[in-house]
Amino acid sequence: MSILINKNTKVICQGFTGKQGTFHSQQALAYGTQLVGGVTPERGGEIHLGLPVFNTVDDAVKNTGATASVIYVPPYYAADAILEAVDAGIKIIVCITEGIPVLQMLRVKAAMAGTGALLIGPNCPGIITPGECKIGIMPGKIHLPGSIGIVSRSGTLTYESVHQTTQQGLGQSTCVGIGGDPIHGMNFVDVLSRFQEDEQTKGIVMVGEIGGGEEEDAADYIKAYVTKPVVAYIAGQTAPADKRMGHAGAIVTGGKGTAKGKIAALKNAGIEVCLSPTDIGVAMKACF
Amino acid sequence: MNIHEYQAKQLFESYGIPIPEGRKTSTAEEAQEIANELGGIGWVVKAQVHAGGRGKVGGVKVVDNIKDVLERSRDMLGKRLVTQQTDRLGLPIHSVLVEKQYPIKRELYLSILIERESEQIIFIASLAGGMDIEAVALDTPERIITVKVNPSTGLMAYQCRQIANELEIKGLQVKALEKIMKGMYRLFIENDASQIEINPLIETDAGELLALDAKINFDDNAIALHPDILAMKDPSQEDDKENYAQQYGLNYITLEGNIGCMVNGAGLAMATMDLVKLKGGMPANFLDVGGGTNVEKVCEAFKLILSDHSVKAVLVNIFGGIVHCDVIAAGILAAIEQIHVTIPVVVRLEGTNVEQGRALLRNTGLNIFPADDLAHAAEQVVALAEAV
Repeated sequence: MSILINKNTKVICQGFTGKQGTFHSQQALAYGTQLVGGVTPERGGEIHLGLPVFNTVDDAVKNTGATASVIYVPPYYAADAILEAVDAGIKIIVCITEGIPVLQMLRVKAAMAGTGALLIGPNCPGIITPGECKIGIMPGKIHLPGSIGIVSRSGTLTYESVHQTTQQGLGQSTCVGIGGDPIHGMNFVDVLSRFQEDEQTKGIVMVGEIGGGEEEDAADYIKAYVTKPVVAYIAGQTAPADKRMGHAGAIVTGGKGTAKGKIAALKNAGIEVCLSPTDIGVAMKACF
Repeated sequence: MNIHEYQAKQLFESYGIPIPEGRKTSTAEEAQEIANELGGIGWVVKAQVHAGGRGKVGGVKVVDNIKDVLERSRDMLGKRLVTQQTDRLGLPIHSVLVEKQYPIKRELYLSILIERESEQIIFIASLAGGMDIEAVALDTPERIITVKVNPSTGLMAYQCRQIANELEIKGLQVKALEKIMKGMYRLFIENDASQIEINPLIETDAGELLALDAKINFDDNAIALHPDILAMKDPSQEDDKENYAQQYGLNYITLEGNIGCMVNGAGLAMATMDLVKLKGGMPANFLDVGGGTNVEKVCEAFKLILSDHSVKAVLVNIFGGIVHCDVIAAGILAAIEQIHVTIPVVVRLEGTNVEQGRALLRNTGLNIFPADDLAHAAEQVVALAEAV
């Protein structure tokens, strides 16, 4: 088993007929994802990529039975798209969009409380269960079905971790990009707890970066509850303070959220921390 | 995005937050006139730059003589101010804010920001105003007071009373504080601010509350929604190269080393900098070229990196996912030829069509070093930078 998604997951795409939505939907279909349709307001009834287009997420869910949605809409429409998916009963919402105002995300998160829907992202590469289901913008080819769960705040660093665990012959159970924004959906602990329960997952790679305190929370959680081997990497050891390093959430303010502090917290919890991003695969392999 | 203190105070005024009487100017002569108009027996001349810590380095002067307003303004205008928050070059002073001086009974601290952990808007207050609040929080956390605001109710009156109580504010000033806090909250919400800080919020001898200083940051992701705020942007207070990069959708931050870095993805870009340092080198910049890299972007990225003359070698690290490596390699070649890059460029490509990509970079007659793996690439670029 994997976590969150598998070959039976029915997925729709919001922003289906746009450039990004079209390109990545083609890639997902080629990978074998059960993409069952898409949503673009005012375009309901059309056929796009051989699949039905709906005006609303509600229509799409009623007609296809989809339980997951991937969002490729521009930043100022994304909050609306996320809440539309929540309201339509979608269980797993993957928001790729980068650049959503943080106050909008704050309201979205408050509105999602108690609904049971899970949000992955925004500003993330998405989620993939190799060989079964790809929801997002990650290159499918580098993945290998296997035993390592990967959770990361960064897109291309997730690909590095995937590439290295593939090269080591370990493969991946599921890879989750939780996104680079300060306020986002599932966090490290939400994903780690699922990897801990998942039988297919034998080891975990966790990739963090500067900013916020989620890595520290993850360190506490792992120490208390995770029995599987964990290899961690934290990006931004050389990042200057008070500068936003690409990701909106990657900023050290008031001496908080430093790579040094995060590495220390993880090490104190007995977790192996790679100082070089090139050592992730080898370190994971050494655990078995 | 940051704005100047005088702009922040203009916003304060329109949201009903009391500020000292005063005005900004770009000439020393007008500074004197402003002081004359303000009257009174003391004035403050404040350099307008996008950085804190001005007081410690002569960027804030208290004077009790009109002539000194002119002199001090003359000292500041046209100079650069180096504070603990700027780089070694500092920031240019194009204007000063001249304000009336008030007799201060006590200095308080008040700010509003988004707390990531609780995913809520919080107010932070302290009796320890006028000090470095981060040091206060670290050394004496019990002196920091916070209240969290539920986004569905907004700021409630009791929360203002609570802060007033903790700040030992009494009588009529309780209502005044409530008005200040509600003004801050509205300003925050309506303009997508990411932080508003009043340090210090003073109580005058007359018992009046005034925002003696004002600092506002705005959420870059929302700035396009607020053209009036965007119009307050002062490019002279920002790094030229960072401004230039923004136009091309590049994320660039100047650092102080000699190895230029060009990477796709923010996390990988940070990781690449870290790796360069780990191998004994120093990165000259953070540069994320983003997804969907094309020849134009790669050209602009090279131009940016090379405009820093301390750069002795460049490391390109691209994980080609959706974008194929051979396309990227062709882009790098075109860029290097187009802008005549002569310093060594180490290129590490990984991902889709990597073999074709690497093949394109071999035997080009250019100063290119294709690398098979990232660790080796970092070692190589450090060695090349040292050899120059």
